[in-house]
Amino acid sequence: MTLTQTRPGPVRNTAERLSSVSSGNALELRGVTKLFGALAAISDVTLTVRPGERRAVLGSNGAGKTTLFNCVTGDFLPTSGTIRLFGEDVTSFPAHERIRRGLRRTYQISLLFGGLTVADNVYLACRGVSRGRFSLLRPRINDVLVARATELIEAVHLTPARDTLVANLSYGQQRQLEIALALAGAPRFILFDEPAAGLSPTERAELVSILTGLPAHIGFIIIEHDMDVALRVAESVTMLHNGRVFKEGTPEEIENDAEVQELYLGNGHG
Amino acid sequence: MTYAIRTTTTAQPTLLEKVPPLSWALALLLLVMPLFASNFVLFQIFGWTFILGMIGLSLMFLAGYGGMVSLIQMTVGGLAGYMVAILGTSGVPTISLGWPWWLYIPVAILIAAVFGTLVGALAVRTEGIYTIMITLAIASAFFYFTRQNYGLFNGYTGFNRVVPPDLFGLDWRQATPFYYLTLTCAALSYFAVVYVARSPFGLALQGVRDNPRRMGALGFSVTAHRILAYTFSSVIAAVGGILLVWQNAQVSPGTAGIPQVIDILVIAVVGGIRRPIGPFIGALIYVLLRVYSPDVLLAFGLSGERFKLLIGLGFLVIVFFSPDGVLGLWEKYKARREKQADPLRGGRP
Repeated sequence: MTLTQTRPGPVRNTAERLSSVSSGNALELRGVTKLFGALAAISDVTLTVRPGERRAVLGSNGAGKTTLFNCVTGDFLPTSGTIRLFGEDVTSFPAHERIRRGLRRTYQISLLFGGLTVADNVYLACRGVSRGRFSLLRPRINDVLVARATELIEAVHLTPARDTLVANLSYGQQRQLEIALALAGAPRFILFDEPAAGLSPTERAELVSILTGLPAHIGFIIIEHDMDVALRVAESVTMLHNGRVFKEGTPEEIENDAEVQELYLGNGHG
Repeated sequence: MTYAIRTTTTAQPTLLEKVPPLSWALALLLLVMPLFASNFVLFQIFGWTFILGMIGLSLMFLAGYGGMVSLIQMTVGGLAGYMVAILGTSGVPTISLGWPWWLYIPVAILIAAVFGTLVGALAVRTEGIYTIMITLAIASAFFYFTRQNYGLFNGYTGFNRVVPPDLFGLDWRQATPFYYLTLTCAALSYFAVVYVARSPFGLALQGVRDNPRRMGALGFSVTAHRILAYTFSSVIAAVGGILLVWQNAQVSPGTAGIPQVIDILVIAVVGGIRRPIGPFIGALIYVLLRVYSPDVLLAFGLSGERFKLLIGLGFLVIVFFSPDGVLGLWEKYKARREKQADPLRGGRP
């Protein structure tokens, strides 16, 4: 595993600009800064992820991990910097336009549709990235998306709860449903925000198997405090500290880095 | 995988099994009502109930499925009624264009739907109380505009003799034809809302209600869904408004005045805003109070004009005991009976 470039300088000439467009990176952040008033939640973050790469983002609370995700999905617009998704500049795109280009995310605190059933939630996720979002006609019984939703529900082991209202699901089941929603359609790149938080050891093992079992072309970034999960599913690691990229490297390099251990692993984690 | 899907689909109950017997009985009762009910009951009580229920239903669709409380519904209906008077025939031939019915009805609905959509486009940028405020402001503006504009809306007097076309040689303002006309329109709107609620658009709208941010993160344009919800509900409100104008045979600024605008909200909330049948129940209660409360008040030696007092008290009582309206009371009662029948509450599927 090679280290990815941490800080490429500003793009200087046309040739370099063209190469950055055609580089085929899944995700490319250049100098992304997000200010909340005077507070820089993330400042000058530059990050490149190749298609199919699995990256873990570590950092203590308040390091800016979730803000980074919110900027990438378009929940917030960054104060400055550019975000490229599969070579396309999506910095000013609304969230739904980015999602339609193959980006997906899960939320740290489950954001689900409590008044709808599990099947409806997953069906909506499938419909959101395909045509017919405004259709007034009910899906037919042999609708492809209904079948796809059934498959996804099975993939995250929620088949028995198919017709349960999501508000009545257990916490662990809601986390599983979060993942099903992120896998809907044809995801090319997924952002997982602490998917293991609050899960039991068995559920964690299940999560690891779901994550490692993803098709090779789907890359992802995972924010995870549980180092067992994070370092087992990721092939590269970015450490954030106070809103800046602090270190990048392979899981082994990060695990054995003295500064990282002092900063992060030293405080009883891992 | 495909096998699993098949098994679930064959397990779908048929229409006869899905609809409870009580609903069949109610449908039958409504169909044979003209056999025994008086003309007054058919025209004044049920005709009016179905009309107000439809306009309330258009609000229920926005509020119950979309989480948007709009006070523009009565105004949309009023505008459709005005358009019928202006484009069709009325007692003011200097303004009315005298178009044929097959042209003025669709155009009136279209104009009302465009108006509702424009209001929606403004209102969806706000949330909660601000949606109520902005739609109320537009409704008031419409009221004062129609009252002061004589060129198009004929000002304070409005239009009289606005009647339905003589189709099939029937006078549709006779009690029985009018009853069936309003029943048919109300039933069609009701089933349209029930059907659309489970369509991709309806499901997405409920998703927007529960969690707009997540809907964006699933690839849906939240704003577009909210605006189109206004369009859909405007069509229902427009049909209701046209029927209302035909029933009264006139349209004037008071058709969509501020009290009427607020009455629609009361009707939807009293009936129950979570289910499409709610506004019809609310409308029936409202109409019964409107029609009979003067008699009740006079019997107690009070002035008959104070019927609004009874409506207001009824509203307070229902909202106090159940924020979900009459339907909420019914569901509470059902839940309690089930609890009593099954103390463990575990064995139920």
